[in-house]
Amino acid sequence: MSLVHNVLRTLGTGSVAFTLALGAAGVKAQEPIRIGSFLAVTGPASFLGDPEEKTLKMLVDQVNAAGGVLGRKLELISYDSAGDAEKARTFTKRLIEQDKVNVLIGGSSTGETMAAVPLAEQAGVPFISLAGAVVIIEPVKKWVFKTPHTDRMACEKVFVDMKARGFSKAALISGSGGFDKSMRAECLKVAPANGIEIVADETYGAADTDMTAQLTKIKGSAAQAVLNPGFGQGPAIVTRNYKQLGLTQPLYQSHGVASKEYIKLSGDAAEGVRLPAAALLVADILPANDEQKPVVVKYTQDYKARFNSDVSTFGGHAYDGFWLAINAMKATNSTDRAKIRDGIEATKHYVGTGGIVNMSPTDHMGLDLSAFRMLEVRNGTWTLVK
Amino acid sequence: MSGAWLQFVAAGLTAGAIYALIALGFSIIYNTCHAINFAQGEFVMVGGMSGVSFVAMGLPLIVAVPLAVAAAMIVGLLVERLAIEPAHGNDVVTLIIVTIGVSLFLRGLAQVVWGKGIHALPAFSGTEAINFFGATIVPQSLWVIGGTVVAVVLLGLFFNRTLFGKAMQATAQNTLAARLMGIDTRVIMRVSFALAALLGALGGVLTAPITLTSAEIGIMLGLKGFAAAMLGGLGSFGGAVIGGLLLGLIEALGAGFLSSAYKDVIAFVMILVVLFFLPTGLVGARSGDRV
Repeated sequence: MSLVHNVLRTLGTGSVAFTLALGAAGVKAQEPIRIGSFLAVTGPASFLGDPEEKTLKMLVDQVNAAGGVLGRKLELISYDSAGDAEKARTFTKRLIEQDKVNVLIGGSSTGETMAAVPLAEQAGVPFISLAGAVVIIEPVKKWVFKTPHTDRMACEKVFVDMKARGFSKAALISGSGGFDKSMRAECLKVAPANGIEIVADETYGAADTDMTAQLTKIKGSAAQAVLNPGFGQGPAIVTRNYKQLGLTQPLYQSHGVASKEYIKLSGDAAEGVRLPAAALLVADILPANDEQKPVVVKYTQDYKARFNSDVSTFGGHAYDGFWLAINAMKATNSTDRAKIRDGIEATKHYVGTGGIVNMSPTDHMGLDLSAFRMLEVRNGTWTLVK
Repeated sequence: MSGAWLQFVAAGLTAGAIYALIALGFSIIYNTCHAINFAQGEFVMVGGMSGVSFVAMGLPLIVAVPLAVAAAMIVGLLVERLAIEPAHGNDVVTLIIVTIGVSLFLRGLAQVVWGKGIHALPAFSGTEAINFFGATIVPQSLWVIGGTVVAVVLLGLFFNRTLFGKAMQATAQNTLAARLMGIDTRVIMRVSFALAALLGALGGVLTAPITLTSAEIGIMLGLKGFAAAMLGGLGSFGGAVIGGLLLGLIEALGAGFLSSAYKDVIAFVMILVVLFFLPTGLVGARSGDRV
């Protein structure tokens, strides 16, 4: 992976020199529109950055093959931040100052994003983040947007579903990774407003292999339903232990494990588990009249055809970020950084993989709870909960 | 509440059994070359991941499990031959640093070969939980605990009843004297690595159905096993077993009765307290000289 990336980087810097030379010769019209990106292509967060970078490459190629945007080709300059906030900062600086990109799409994790935010704000570059946390868009920052749903929305979606099933007391069992902790905090915050009382709040370590102790405590509590904000192998072990202990309360997982992998790892213990997820994961079972269906089906097919691997929601975030930027260029008929920013903020009814986006000066994400679908595992696969 | 008690104890014993297997690996290698083998956790990973691979190839578990253990033993032999033996004669610190390098190498190699994903091995005898006085245990836990008991008993017989085992003990007690008695200590070293890999890999395949496995799983397990070995007394086989089980129990009971957020803290603080009063561990040699 890093080889490909090094080649990319070399190509990137090479073409900058090339275009500079061209610019001096006065052939400015041929200059490509530069999309700058810094993603965790390697390292522990590579499951985010890898599909994100692949998606961006695929889309840039598709658009260029179709003649580009505003008569100009696109050029992707992508750096591997390896999930490191410090590297993300360095690369952002380089993208803004040396590569002179028109728009920034990147930041696989919240840490990388927040390291880049001050730079984008200062230099006035539209920046679409692909990370989850609420802090990215709250308070609203003039130049910063994001495409993924927030963990707060996932909590709300779950609580609304619990309420609809007549539950008012819930237990949390969370991991101790960044995603897990952030989601746990958000859930604790929004629970009262949704009429849910958290009666047990257990945690487990990132590398823990047994959660029966925590679940035994929950079993003895008054919880009517259990939510597991978690990521990685933890939720699969929780699910297995849950069945082992014979807990009868419904179990909810987070969007963090919304993949076939989770069902595979949990085995038949996953039956009946519910979780909120983006439409992208259930492209094939969406009703035909669903507005998102054509978008997610096409992206799924394209991605599979090119990379021979399944799509993930993370790649979908990059897909949405890319099109938000391109649509803004088309709408404002400009590649000026400020114009692109205005265009993104004016986005109305963009149908993407993550939901239907309506941006406003006070909302730089533009998604509501309808972006999440409530899924239930039945017969070893996802089904939509009506 | 007795159900909860039992549940915590069952969880603790299962986790403790694998810590014990890893701790035994640490002790065996410590005895023959006086170094801590920080690649011990990686043997666990190699065992679990090769098991997953063999099952994915369509082999039945009864073939896949021994093959996975054998694969890890080969890895253990290769590690000894290619990394440890060339560094022989250097001081212990050098050897320890070599093992850290080996562990990083194996982890990276595993990510290339098997990818970064998480894998599960099918349970050996079903996943239907067994009810036991209000606590529930998955059959796999019994496999883990039973497997550990069998391994410990066989290990005991090997060290005390066979000539080769006695030669290994002799080497542990005094390498030079052993060599003078005609024991080929290089062979002893190789066997000790193979044995350590066997024990780690056994833990890896036995627990993979419960804990799942990934290229990264060896880091934390290696650390816990090392802590267990220290707790029991590095180099002592009985100590390794006691340390492993105790660590597992402290963790599970700490998580159950005190706070799940601080269960590792509770476990490690207990270890620090024990080592403060008994620097050689619970069953370690009470002699003055420490490495």
